Amino acid sequence: MPFIPHTEDDVREMLATIGAPDIEALFDEIPAALRCGKLKKLPQAMSEMEVAGLMSARADQDGQPVCFIGAGAYDHHIPAAVWQLASRGEFYTAYTPYQAEASQGTLQVLYEFQSMMVALTGMDVSNASLYDGATALAEAVLMAVRANRKSKSRRILMPRSLHPAYRRVVQAMVESQGIELVELPFDPTGGHTDPATLTAFDGQDIAALVIPQPNYFGVLEEVDALTNWAHANKALAIAVVNPVALAVLNPPGEWGEQGADICCGEGQPLGAPLSSGGPYFGFMCCKQLLVRQMPGRIAGCTRDLEGKVGYTLTLQAREQHIRRSKATSNICTNQGLMATAATIHMALLGSDGLERVAAACHANTQKLTQKLTSIEGVEPLFNRPVFHEQVLRLPISADGVLDQLSAMDVLGGLDLSRDYPELGDAILVCATEKRVEAEMDDFQQKLKMILTC
Amino acid sequence: MSEVPNELKYCSSHEWVSSVDDGVVTIGITDHAQDQLGDLVFVELPEVGQALELKGECAVVESVKAASDVYSPVSGEVAEINEALMDSPELVNDDPYGDGWLFKIRLANEAELDNLLDADGYRAAADA
Repeated sequence: MPFIPHTEDDVREMLATIGAPDIEALFDEIPAALRCGKLKKLPQAMSEMEVAGLMSARADQDGQPVCFIGAGAYDHHIPAAVWQLASRGEFYTAYTPYQAEASQGTLQVLYEFQSMMVALTGMDVSNASLYDGATALAEAVLMAVRANRKSKSRRILMPRSLHPAYRRVVQAMVESQGIELVELPFDPTGGHTDPATLTAFDGQDIAALVIPQPNYFGVLEEVDALTNWAHANKALAIAVVNPVALAVLNPPGEWGEQGADICCGEGQPLGAPLSSGGPYFGFMCCKQLLVRQMPGRIAGCTRDLEGKVGYTLTLQAREQHIRRSKATSNICTNQGLMATAATIHMALLGSDGLERVAAACHANTQKLTQKLTSIEGVEPLFNRPVFHEQVLRLPISADGVLDQLSAMDVLGGLDLSRDYPELGDAILVCATEKRVEAEMDDFQQKLKMILTC
Repeated sequence: MSEVPNELKYCSSHEWVSSVDDGVVTIGITDHAQDQLGDLVFVELPEVGQALELKGECAVVESVKAASDVYSPVSGEVAEINEALMDSPELVNDDPYGDGWLFKIRLANEAELDNLLDADGYRAAADA
């Protein structure tokens, strides 16, 4: 069913029916002072041909660099079938259609997406996706504060090893709600959150502990010990995970004695292109016990009056259109198209394929680390196991080195000095399954050249 | 009109309150309220020992179409909750004044009971 809204004829007919002269008249009750008026800085409209020309010129400015940057968004291979299928008219709409009577296909895709996410994370239930990883974590923090009725403190422990952008987004979204975010330091040798640092909080009233896996530095956290600490101290454990890494790591549902309570993360590695930062999607899963506090949409499977399988949104009673200001969240939607692409991506790869991708990323990053650290003055900063990223210390200022590499079409990592000045001249590098040996050798030679001249 | 037992007291927000037994009253929602909500699928109750304020939100009854707050008709401390509702929220639909009770409060101020509606008062309020 096509979801093309009203034509001009439809609009005329509707306006005539209600007796309004034009659409503008429908907004009369909004005081003029609150209207933004005409948007004066919008450029003139262009034809399709002109827009296509402009966009290819812009794309050319980006060049075709080889990407060794990860830091939350990853350059994975996306099988051509993913977007060929996701771009079909039935899926490719401006708005995710949820009407059960008209959208069985879309609802079934969301149901399959949720089933896959539950399988990947080892959790009981999944929602139909959120906006992105950072906002998914903010929602998880709000959810934990609502759900943890043993805690009155609204205090959340958040490791400094968590993605800096996630920390900023969570801060922005929860600070006005009286939630206190307490930063946990990372171990300067291991790059992980040492569970021993938590003893300072033993017996205190903490609503939740955030546990990234892997953390921003690519380092694996001691998730079992951290999860157990949270539960021993009546706090909820919130897992922030890379979905590709889950193909080879223990799923959050199995962390520690009881498993994480809420699991969220960025879904981009599952079929969404880097695309200058978006659109991406967030995911969120939780234990059955907490499902009524989970924000967002959930597609459910049921049987109709004739006994046939059907799909419909479920557990909507706490959403905004019913509970208004008392809703669990103002999220009443999902990233339908991205979740659709992720579902197709995971279905094409299968669990074996995803595991091979994860293993190849890990192996490539090991290989890259070896090549780069063979250069004098370049060394790994942390000594603990990583997934597919590594922090390297450079002998000179990272910023200049990365600029020179970029001028030679190599995106040679992310400068960590802005977010982690304590790490000195450090960069975060990543090699996904897409990076081939020749590209790594090229990176090595260019870096060596820059550092020796 | 739905059932409104004469021996109970009521709030216009559709809670009922039993007579006092050793300083404790039982609270539930009325037959009219459960009928308006439809089939309940979940009941969220306060914790035993939790202090409740007069008219404060203290529980949520969720049906397939809405999640509604329950307000405490009196102030006091939660003495007991109806654990059976965790697995069988439909008890509230089947027997709102019996097995479908929500929680019990140890009264902080017995005089608050005088401000509640009697059955006739609630019938009038619910009809209005």
